Amino acid sequence: MLADYVGLLVIGALGALLVGVLLGLNRLFGTREVAAPTDEPFATDEKPATAPDQERAAKFALVAILFVLLQVAAMFLYPWATVFSELSWFAYGAIVVFALPLAVGLIYQWLKGGLEW
Amino acid sequence: MPTELALKTLLILLVVVGGIAPLMSWIERKRAGGAQANVRRSGIGELTPAGKHHPLAEKVALLGSARFASAAAQRVLQRAIPLIVAIPAIIAFAVIPLGGEYQFGDTRFSLVLSDADWGMLTLFALAMLGTYGSVIAGCSNDAEPALLRSVRAPAQMLSYQLAMGLSLVGLFMVFETLKLSEIAMAQDTTLRALGLFEHAFGLSRPLLEWARLPAWGVIYQPLAFVLFLASITAANARAPFDLPEGDAEQIASKHFEYSGLHFGLFFNSESVQIVVSAGLLATLFLGGWSVPYLSSDFILYGVGRWLGDGFANGFLLLIHVAAFVAKLAAMIGVQLALRAAVRRMSYLRAMDLCWKVILPLAFGNILATGLVLLAVRQSA
Repeated sequence: MLADYVGLLVIGALGALLVGVLLGLNRLFGTREVAAPTDEPFATDEKPATAPDQERAAKFALVAILFVLLQVAAMFLYPWATVFSELSWFAYGAIVVFALPLAVGLIYQWLKGGLEW
Repeated sequence: MPTELALKTLLILLVVVGGIAPLMSWIERKRAGGAQANVRRSGIGELTPAGKHHPLAEKVALLGSARFASAAAQRVLQRAIPLIVAIPAIIAFAVIPLGGEYQFGDTRFSLVLSDADWGMLTLFALAMLGTYGSVIAGCSNDAEPALLRSVRAPAQMLSYQLAMGLSLVGLFMVFETLKLSEIAMAQDTTLRALGLFEHAFGLSRPLLEWARLPAWGVIYQPLAFVLFLASITAANARAPFDLPEGDAEQIASKHFEYSGLHFGLFFNSESVQIVVSAGLLATLFLGGWSVPYLSSDFILYGVGRWLGDGFANGFLLLIHVAAFVAKLAAMIGVQLALRAAVRRMSYLRAMDLCWKVILPLAFGNILATGLVLLAVRQSA
């Protein structure tokens, strides 16, 4: 079974080799700017006019949490979907009972404004 | 087996990564130009060879251009990011079946590089790796506005990858497998056009028995097709969801601090992602390598009777690969047309679309598919 994944390793290794060769070519043929003015980041505000938006930044943590919750639910749905043809109405009801709290949670987030980015 | 692996790998690398992906940028620009040109007779958008040296020239220019080195940046991370972004895109093509199984005498081989039982999960995992690239690229550049803005792109990509996964669950229920080659093989047949109608109304006599449709994923799951198309376009941060890296708005996009080949790798990996997405769409929803009304057995039997089994298999192989390439081209065309035709969505609208439209619809699709499958099975 693991033998099926060898192909991924092979193409990953060869792809990395290809990318490495290209990067090496770039190092060979590309000139490098070492003058001081261009050493700084291109789009930088050393002293930004306003402080970073902590509140706006915290919303991304919420995206991550919601993503993790719903992705775990999806992971449970994949094997259920694969064997669904052998299952009965009971299994269908079971998955509805499983997913209902998650759906309620998502609706709660929606109504509470958690989905307003 | 090793030679088989090596051959298939080289085929994918040379043809897809070395051939199609560089051409994509050229074709994309032609398509975008054609959509915006208002002088028809100038032939701007036509698929002529004009400008054929563009892809090569672009790659050579990127190879030879100067490399920025940001003093304050995390040098190792910054250098590693193009690799983290480019390689999963290349690997993703390993699980996409270019053809079915063919038997030449004693040897039997299939045109999939990695025929894993959980091929689809591999693809999801590889898509997630691209998200790492976005985050680290933004954070390693040490420019504070870019830090905040660099989190928006991964947030959008993550949300849409979730939507991708959920919208496909209905398809997994229909085909009962996560293995892409099996999904392609299951679409190699036809199904009765009015079968569901008869089940719904409990008809005993079959209506219009001759009316058959190819058993493609898009017939089984049309809603999932639309949802998946939207999700995969947005997960790749392609237009119309490309605000994080919009061509005209590259103020603090993830590949802003890069130059030369590093930028070229980002760009190329995006082109490879277009091809991979097209391959996925074709395999899952358009029947992969199968020809619409000519199933493998039909062709094998028909050609084998006249010209022998070996030749029949070879002919089948060529036909299947041609069908796959045709569907690939169609799906690439759809993605490019989406870019040209649909207005760019703001980040807020894109996230709203994902969490408030696509996710509920995907979940409803799962429930409805379950209901239909159970009902059909009961009445059968």
